[in-house]
Amino acid sequence: MTKRIALTGNEAMALVMKQINPDVVAAYPITPQTEIVQIFSQFVADGEIDTEFVTVESEHSAMSAVIGASAAGARAMTATSANGLALMWEVVYIAASCRLPIVMAVVNRALSGPINIHCDHSDAMGMRDSGWIQLFGENAQEAYDNALMAVRIAEHKDVMLPVAVNMDGFIISHAVENIEIVANEDVRDFVGEYNPERYLLDVQNPITVGPVDLQDFYFEHKRQQVEAMKKAKNVIQKIADEFVNLTGRKYSFFEEYYLDDAEIALVAMGSAAGTAKAAIDELREQGIKVGLLKLRVFRPFPAEEIVRALSHIKVVGVMDRAESFNTMGGPLFSDMRSAMYDGEANVRMINIIYGLGGRDITVTDIKNIIQKVKDVNNTGKIENLVIHYGVRE
Amino acid sequence: MATPAKKPGWRDIPIGGRIEEAGNAHKYHVGGWRIRRPVWVKENCIHCLFCWVFCPDSAVEVHDGKMHGFDYNHCKGCGICAQECPAKDKAIEMRPEDVENKFDN
Repeated sequence: MTKRIALTGNEAMALVMKQINPDVVAAYPITPQTEIVQIFSQFVADGEIDTEFVTVESEHSAMSAVIGASAAGARAMTATSANGLALMWEVVYIAASCRLPIVMAVVNRALSGPINIHCDHSDAMGMRDSGWIQLFGENAQEAYDNALMAVRIAEHKDVMLPVAVNMDGFIISHAVENIEIVANEDVRDFVGEYNPERYLLDVQNPITVGPVDLQDFYFEHKRQQVEAMKKAKNVIQKIADEFVNLTGRKYSFFEEYYLDDAEIALVAMGSAAGTAKAAIDELREQGIKVGLLKLRVFRPFPAEEIVRALSHIKVVGVMDRAESFNTMGGPLFSDMRSAMYDGEANVRMINIIYGLGGRDITVTDIKNIIQKVKDVNNTGKIENLVIHYGVRE
Repeated sequence: MATPAKKPGWRDIPIGGRIEEAGNAHKYHVGGWRIRRPVWVKENCIHCLFCWVFCPDSAVEVHDGKMHGFDYNHCKGCGICAQECPAKDKAIEMRPEDVENKFDN
């Protein structure tokens, strides 16, 4: 049985965490994530679930606590945003390299400074190379669904990597949406029991976790992590296929929106993809052949599949909600261009950096952006490889 | 010193660097790190076992309550034993390491 209820993104995330009923949740508040652990703490206080709720004194401690719990053999979750994620930074790497299947909600927010609490993807991009799987949702429904699937992806024996479930701060986290909830018993059946192969509290088979790993083995362990990322692609698809049976909602590495017959296209992650769809709907009515590739799985980066999906497109505008300051565009743009480089297709690309620090991106804005992509297609010339859209000159 | 066997590749080692066998630190020989070697001066030794108590690497060999010398495979040469030795004439001397002779064998 499923039901529809109106929830904010944060409420949806807290609810899915309650339904998963993890063994341990570490909690530290930071805007715009605060509500998740706050609402979740109420569930624990009311005795609705038996999660060990660990209140810590910083995000560094929050990540350390879930690492300890996960190493001990528990199913562990936490949530964070922006500078909180940056403070977890050091231990975020350790979670991945110790192969601990932690699931963390990341409510995307700009990294300071100057201080800003609103949405962009600079926090997620900060953890980009840490070895975490990174999923992005377009709305609260997808954040909820991604969190459910994340538990299974992380704990799969071929993967054993932590997963970050990203949702845009405020735009998703604080906006109310009508979303479809999976019944408690179905969630329980879907995520199942977590039975790690080896764990610290298994006193019959003692192990050491996190030992020193010098020149003689460190490289081999990094290679293993790469392999787990490669295998994660199959696992992500397999679990999405199971999920469609449960909910009817279909997921893959990305969503293709009017891509089939498109001449030009946008690539976007997060809530801007929804805005882009609205813009594309309007432009399609005017006969403009534009499509969207909405990326859901950012790590592992599904390069092959993306190349296949975009091979027939003439000009692609890649939308980045973060700067990388390499002076050649944002992080998604770098990955996209790298993926397409060896492709046989002749796809041209421009980068649109937008929405930093929560700057609004409207349907009209996206239409303007699409016009810039169209201009490149018409003239055959790329005048600006990177456009900072919406910045005041 | 014996040539170590070829180390296993990434497919053959436990994930995440975890050590799946308890107490295997004994197999890891750290004698090669040593630049100064503790030498037991038997005739000065009062068998107080301070060296054994303070050694951070369990590299002092004791049998039946008596000091018997050093396990050079596991002695890193930190010199704590010599520092703590209370005998009037020290029973442990730190001497420059002979590069060829770092391990037992």
